[in-house]
Amino acid sequence: MNTLAESFSVALAMITHLDPRVTAIVALSLGVSLTSTVCSAVIGLPLGAAVAIGRFPGRGPLIVALNAAMGLPPVVVGLLVYLLLSRAGPLGSMGLLFTPQAMVIAQTVLIVPLVAALTRQIVEDAWIEYREQLRSLDSSWLQSTLTLLWDTRWSLLTVVLAGFGRAASEVGAVIIVGGNIDGITRVMTTAIALETSKGDLPLALGLGIVLITLVTTLNLGAHVTRQWARARLG
Amino acid sequence: MTKLFRRLTGAFACLLLAAAALAQQPFIVVASTTSTEQSGLFPQLLPAFEKDTGINVRVVAVGTGQALDIGRRGDADVVFVHDKTAELKWLAEGEGVRRYPVMYNDFVLVGPASDPARVKGSKDITTALKAIADAKAPFVSRADKSGTHAAELRLWKDAGVDIDTAKGPWYRETGSGMGAALNTASELNAYILADRGTWLNFKNRGELGIAVEGDKRLFNQYGVMLVNPDKHPNVKKELGQKFIDWLVSPRGQAVIAAYKIGGEQLFFPNAGTDS
Amino acid sequence: MGDAEWGGLPIAASAVDVARGDTQVLQGVDVLIERGTRTFILGENGAGKSTLLRVLHGLIAPTRGTVTWGGDTSRPPRQAMVFQRPVLLRRSAAGNVRHALKLAGVRGSSAQRCIEHALAHVGLAALAKRPARVLSGGEQQRLALARAWALAPDVLFLDEPTASLDPPSARAVEAIVNDIHALGTTIVMTTHHLAQAKRLADSVVLLQAGRVAEHTAAAQFFSEPCSAYGRAFLEGERL
Repeated sequence: MNTLAESFSVALAMITHLDPRVTAIVALSLGVSLTSTVCSAVIGLPLGAAVAIGRFPGRGPLIVALNAAMGLPPVVVGLLVYLLLSRAGPLGSMGLLFTPQAMVIAQTVLIVPLVAALTRQIVEDAWIEYREQLRSLDSSWLQSTLTLLWDTRWSLLTVVLAGFGRAASEVGAVIIVGGNIDGITRVMTTAIALETSKGDLPLALGLGIVLITLVTTLNLGAHVTRQWARARLG
Repeated sequence: MTKLFRRLTGAFACLLLAAAALAQQPFIVVASTTSTEQSGLFPQLLPAFEKDTGINVRVVAVGTGQALDIGRRGDADVVFVHDKTAELKWLAEGEGVRRYPVMYNDFVLVGPASDPARVKGSKDITTALKAIADAKAPFVSRADKSGTHAAELRLWKDAGVDIDTAKGPWYRETGSGMGAALNTASELNAYILADRGTWLNFKNRGELGIAVEGDKRLFNQYGVMLVNPDKHPNVKKELGQKFIDWLVSPRGQAVIAAYKIGGEQLFFPNAGTDS
Repeated sequence: MGDAEWGGLPIAASAVDVARGDTQVLQGVDVLIERGTRTFILGENGAGKSTLLRVLHGLIAPTRGTVTWGGDTSRPPRQAMVFQRPVLLRRSAAGNVRHALKLAGVRGSSAQRCIEHALAHVGLAALAKRPARVLSGGEQQRLALARAWALAPDVLFLDEPTASLDPPSARAVEAIVNDIHALGTTIVMTTHHLAQAKRLADSVVLLQAGRVAEHTAAAQFFSEPCSAYGRAFLEGERL
């Protein structure tokens, strides 16, 4: 109990005094997770929509694989990307290991399946509703994909936010490919891990509270936007 | 919708610019250990080095075994660990250039206030460990191929305890860094071997305190090595060597000696000796 | 409104079978839809009306047999369909019409003119900017018709378009269908509403368990059906 109370006051102090080290960590966390969310959306939304509408051999196994990949352990993804980006690995010459770029790559790999699988479900449900009408209107496969993506945009926003939530809260992938380097690749989750292992639990929990507050605020904003959109557009 | 898009591209652009800015300043990657990081030495040491040379040092802190592996893969320029046997083996494999002793500190045996094995105040680590094994008192081991873990195993051997056969439910192997293992020991009220630096900096002590210290066998030597640039052409050999030279220079050694927690010096510079 | 070309008509279904899994939905169906007619497809639930409509529109391919449009085996472009429940996108009423026009290759100011005319014809001009999904059932169905109208189709297919509407809305829809027909569009429609068929049809196709029981002129069918099933069907309705 004491730790909790202390943590709340630590968290409050961090937010109000804008400790420069904490601000840098928060900014990097947001930068990395937002960037990987955008990248995953760019890849995952069209991919999910294409699988939803397309009919091709192996579609069933692909859907199963995407759904299963939603539950990929972050630490496994981190290890795989680490082996890929290490100097001893195939992409080593790019020198990306232990940089924020590596963290973006790892998080993108982690959440693309999530975005694609959920998008597939949403677009497929919409496709069932619209399929005959769109075919009657001679809509091509590409045109239908774009139409459905736009039509389900508010549900897809929820999907993208789910992706962001997962990216912002994972530690396994970024700690392995980033190395938790002070000032360079230390984000909120890895800082929490470090402070915990240093035994500074109030600080760790304080950072945790800041992280939860950030993610919750973002989701709240999105919820309000969805409600507004539903009222306006039906 | 476009406003959100603009904000996102703005954040993305900032990230790219920041990355570009980071790339401008010369830097090296040093693979070091969790105990060195968690002792709090680096925030003292590295800014001084950067002030003197303008080189930014990026420390990846993992267990000694992993640090040496990072060096083996060429993902770091310099390796700074504390397991002489493993370091020499690593050199023998051709992974590094030369080993420079830098500093030493010592390990301490930390234990619960209740002291079930009755070892508190002893100056003999091997008899203490034997007593713990005989009493089957709770003991936490890092079990992660770190320098600390290697030292612990050596001490069990010196104590005449075959830990592989003696281990039981009393011997908890966590496979984690020093701080995390200390957290576990604090929770379980167990004995644990820790480096003095991490212990002094550790805040979640619970009922733990130092049980055994001062034995010469608890001596913990740190060494620094440049990763072999012949094997890994990407290694920044000049910058890396500058770091090594600075560490063993009078200036670097003075900065190391100046680091104190609660008035107590943590690390004792001994560059140039045969350690 | 496009009746200079003869492409797409007549629509000829020849020995069409449609199987879904183990069920035979249509069997040995021969139907000819002539230009300018209003053909109504009647039958009990499960007789295959909706399936036949979709086969004639080209949405479903027959498992056996052929369908040709003006002698061509590929589906022609100038056709439109209205479903029992209007399928509208999450956009404004005008936006839905614009979407259909864009798919047909009509954009910009010519599209805008088409949209305004179509919405005006169905009485939805005032609701052009309203989100389509907040419109009432009758308004949505009229919007679906406006969308079809804007495409100036040679053939308009309707699948029980008034089934979920109240009588005034149903009458409004019927009036619009008549207007579209008056401009030269061929109409093919399914319905449960015999009175509606009697009012609007030129020609009737009666389906019984996937087969064509009767295909005659409407006047003939409603006064004196040729088949025993046709008689029974009309009797059943009168009861």
